[in-house]
Amino acid sequence: MGTTTEHSAKVTLPADDQILISREFDAPPHLVWRAMTEPELVSRWWTAKRGEMAVCEIDLRVGGRWRYVMTATGGVEVGFHGEYREIVPHERIVSTEVFEGFPDAESVNTVTLTDLGDGRTRVETLVQHQSSEHRDGHINSGMEAGMQDAFDLLDEVAQSLK
Amino acid sequence: MARAATTTDAFNAVAEPRRRDLLDALAGGERSVNALARELELTQPQVSKHLRVLREVGLVDVRDAGRQRLYRLNAPALKPIHDWVRPFERLWEERYGELDTVLAELKDQEEHDGHDD
Repeated sequence: MGTTTEHSAKVTLPADDQILISREFDAPPHLVWRAMTEPELVSRWWTAKRGEMAVCEIDLRVGGRWRYVMTATGGVEVGFHGEYREIVPHERIVSTEVFEGFPDAESVNTVTLTDLGDGRTRVETLVQHQSSEHRDGHINSGMEAGMQDAFDLLDEVAQSLK
Repeated sequence: MARAATTTDAFNAVAEPRRRDLLDALAGGERSVNALARELELTQPQVSKHLRVLREVGLVDVRDAGRQRLYRLNAPALKPIHDWVRPFERLWEERYGELDTVLAELKDQEEHDGHDD
């Protein structure tokens, strides 16, 4: 935590069927790799405090499958799964990803870890969709998650007023 | 709030990589067509064509300055794109905020183990 200059995730849209998410971390690549590939560690951050990790399966080998399921705060389950296509330890993972609520929109995600020196790492995730419609749907899902967030907050505020 | 599916909105205008390069260059200040062509290693007609699209959707403004015309970025026109992406970006900010905590613990563990060895 604490000392890097840039601590907010940046989302850009390099092409109309792509999403690029980028962020720097105060930890060397081998630790970032562990936190992104060991199920008990992934479970601790992937939900972004929006629910509980119900399933976190990672079979980290080419052709191996992964599946994440989160039970959101309202009880709704959201699942994602895919298959690993390329694995370069501490450097790169290429995998497919499907949101189980919209199974036609499979993307290919490339996660690249760049050693910045001084124990810091840049993580870039390039999401390649098959069409701009699928890409747009993916971005819109963030809006739904954000609204859920707002509802939860509203709920908390309402509770506190009781 | 979903993006408009027209061929004349800001979303489509920025889908073309060279137009994004032009916007990046203009973020550095006003430029003439010739300056942009030099900076991006494009021909003047190419630059003019892309600038025309960017002007049509309001992303770029132009003014006459003596013998030349100067183009500049109209940043507020980019706001709809920013607003659209923002909730998705927030999800990742929160996710990675949690990842920071996990990484700080892993670092502590590693230092601790290092001293024990």
